[in-house]
Amino acid sequence: MKIVVAVKRVIDYNVKVRVKADNSNVDLNNVKMSINPFCEIAVEEALRLREAGVASEIVVVSIGPKQAQDVIRTALAMGADRGIWIDSADAEMNALDIACLLGRVVEAEQPGLVLLGKQAIDSDNNQTAQMLAALCDFPQATFASAVTVEGDQVVVTREIDGGLQTLALDLPAVISTDLRLNEPRYVKLPEIMKAKKKPLTTTTPEQLGVHLENTLSLLRVEPPAERSPGIRVESVDQLIENLKHQAKVL
Amino acid sequence: MEKVENSERDAMAFDVVIVGAGPAGLSAACRLMQLAQAAGQELSVCVVEKGSEVGAHILSGAVIESRALDELFPDWRERGAPLKVAVSRDELYLLRNEQKAVRIPQALIPATMHNSGNHVVSLGNLCRWLAEQAESLGVEVFPGFSAHQLLLNADGSVGGIITGDMGVGADGRALDSFTPGLILRAGYTLFAEGCRGHLGRQLYRRFGLDADSDAQHYGLGLKELWDIKPERHQPGLVIHGSGWPLGDGASGGFFLYHTENHQVVVGLIVDLNYRNPYLSPYDEFQRLKHHPLLAQYLEGGKRVVYGARAIAKGGFNALPKMHFPGGLLLGCNAGTLNFAKIKGTHTAMKSGLLAAETVFAAMAAGDEGGRDLADYARRFRDSWLHEELRAARNFGPALHRFGPFAGGAFNFIDQNLFKGRLPLTLHDNHPDHASLRPTRECTPINYPKPDGRLSFDKLSSVFLSGTNHAENQPCHLQLHDPSLPLGSNLLLYAEPAQRYCPAGVYEIVEENGEPRFRVNAQNCVHCKTCDIKDPAQNITWVTPEGGGGPNYPNM
Repeated sequence: MKIVVAVKRVIDYNVKVRVKADNSNVDLNNVKMSINPFCEIAVEEALRLREAGVASEIVVVSIGPKQAQDVIRTALAMGADRGIWIDSADAEMNALDIACLLGRVVEAEQPGLVLLGKQAIDSDNNQTAQMLAALCDFPQATFASAVTVEGDQVVVTREIDGGLQTLALDLPAVISTDLRLNEPRYVKLPEIMKAKKKPLTTTTPEQLGVHLENTLSLLRVEPPAERSPGIRVESVDQLIENLKHQAKVL
Repeated sequence: MEKVENSERDAMAFDVVIVGAGPAGLSAACRLMQLAQAAGQELSVCVVEKGSEVGAHILSGAVIESRALDELFPDWRERGAPLKVAVSRDELYLLRNEQKAVRIPQALIPATMHNSGNHVVSLGNLCRWLAEQAESLGVEVFPGFSAHQLLLNADGSVGGIITGDMGVGADGRALDSFTPGLILRAGYTLFAEGCRGHLGRQLYRRFGLDADSDAQHYGLGLKELWDIKPERHQPGLVIHGSGWPLGDGASGGFFLYHTENHQVVVGLIVDLNYRNPYLSPYDEFQRLKHHPLLAQYLEGGKRVVYGARAIAKGGFNALPKMHFPGGLLLGCNAGTLNFAKIKGTHTAMKSGLLAAETVFAAMAAGDEGGRDLADYARRFRDSWLHEELRAARNFGPALHRFGPFAGGAFNFIDQNLFKGRLPLTLHDNHPDHASLRPTRECTPINYPKPDGRLSFDKLSSVFLSGTNHAENQPCHLQLHDPSLPLGSNLLLYAEPAQRYCPAGVYEIVEENGEPRFRVNAQNCVHCKTCDIKDPAQNITWVTPEGGGGPNYPNM
């Protein structure tokens, strides 16, 4: 079975996110970028399925400018077999654009399983996997915390508000990964060298026959309101007094 | 955990392994490849870097001279090197108190401190650019991997390094994710870890590299990057100064540089030979920013990044022997910074070029590695680097011995009238860790509370360094004698680590009425000050899991 994994290059989770002075967007100048943590979990799960003998080939796809290749190389260094980079230059894209592009890749590659992170930590949309499943007419399981392939079905445990839900889906299927699915492995140094030699093909939205038509416009980005500094009160009585009269919560 | 035997580790072999992707290491890597390509020879070169990416652990002012870069890539402008802001104006001040500043007339400034022709840069970005050049020349650059141990050959020579084990729990036991470190064998290993490199320390001891040199001296540099109001921004304006708030036997200097995109960098270097254990370099820096000279630019702006790093500033007299069997010391790992210019980038890069030329000449002549390349010392002696550092040899000792006024006057005479050729050499052999006086001889310092606009508390600052360490891992700040912090440091010096650490790593907390020494290693910004300043020399900084530490952007 072939697995397609989609990965996104996002602002690193350790970086303090800043908003541009004109509030037009997040400031990405000089900022460290990395593979989206949920995507990394998706890659790891694909690797484990291959190690379990379920999958035979892992294809990693990313969409974006030239640097998107970096996260494909990261996934290849983790152990994926080959990469596809969809060169979108600097085009602004929404989740539906991404899902359409991935849909064309799925059409061409005919995988048994598509793994995606449940959301990217930059935009937090949580849409692409669902849209992709609809476009491909595949069954879907989102927020996976356990995945096992049994014959021509995949059994997925999902993290839902009330607890856990277990689904059985016919393959091919789309799965989006949640945080507790696995802990990604450390990349080994010799694997980074090998990854540089693994095949990475380039394509474009035009070649895939997708006309990018961003239907969303970003109006304004604002940082969260800053918390005003606390004060130290002298006594419990004063605290109660303040809660009653200043904060008016009692 | 059972110690991992070297026989159980995977190994890779390179002609040259370079430790540290800073200006020295990357310059050496690029030069090695240039020489190999010019000679039509194959050469395998790898660079390991403990930061999560190249530049993540780089922190410098920085105003740099392009001299070494001109030699390495004469076409650096066409290649898009990030030297975009030329110094437009150069000002030097003496702060008399919290309000008054006296501008030193240009004619009285030591010639070494003139900056015309230099550039204001982000050294982090320059290193990222150098890494791109290196990779396009065929160098393997591996960020996220720390050089944790020396690999020694049977004859005692250095044969490479071993990268740190990954996935080791706080108790030292292997976790599920355990990945043993890798042996990187090398004909020659170039150590470019920066100031107070932890393998460098081991090499000094093993090969007695500093047996004939003066004690090294250090400063702690604290730096912030600010977005300021566009109308206050003057690209290329470079301000240096000294004086307030340091005094009472403490010395240092500050800087404020206007870079591009309405950003300024502001910083303070505190000499680590200060005597009063109550002194807190961090708090000195915070109150410095309230001086009108600096506040005029910062007011209404927003702080973006904070960081700190120790610098080696002992200069020429403190330079160790820089070669030993199987390897060389480069840049600040040896201490090539020119304190008279307050610049270390061009000198570090030059040391990298010299190291590369030394190693390549040896290997081209059939040397397979492991030898003691004394040729490095000869090439150093014949270079402008030697001439420059020798001319500046008295600068630091003069300030240490005569103070800022008489020392400054000496430096003016030495540097401007005699061009560093005064026929005398001043020595300063009193190590920084031995300079503290017991608290009973000192006065506590009351630092003003941060106002949240110009000055900030330590923890919110560390937050802006992007520092992160994998949570479950052994503490990388090792105490030889765990009883000393409370047993002697607390009693004699009120445990100065609480104050000299710029990242709030060390704390004395009270637990059940008893003081306890707490080490918050996850806050560590890898500045190495604790390794340097602890009066008992009881703290050893070792590399944590690769990729940990600060994530500096354009610092």
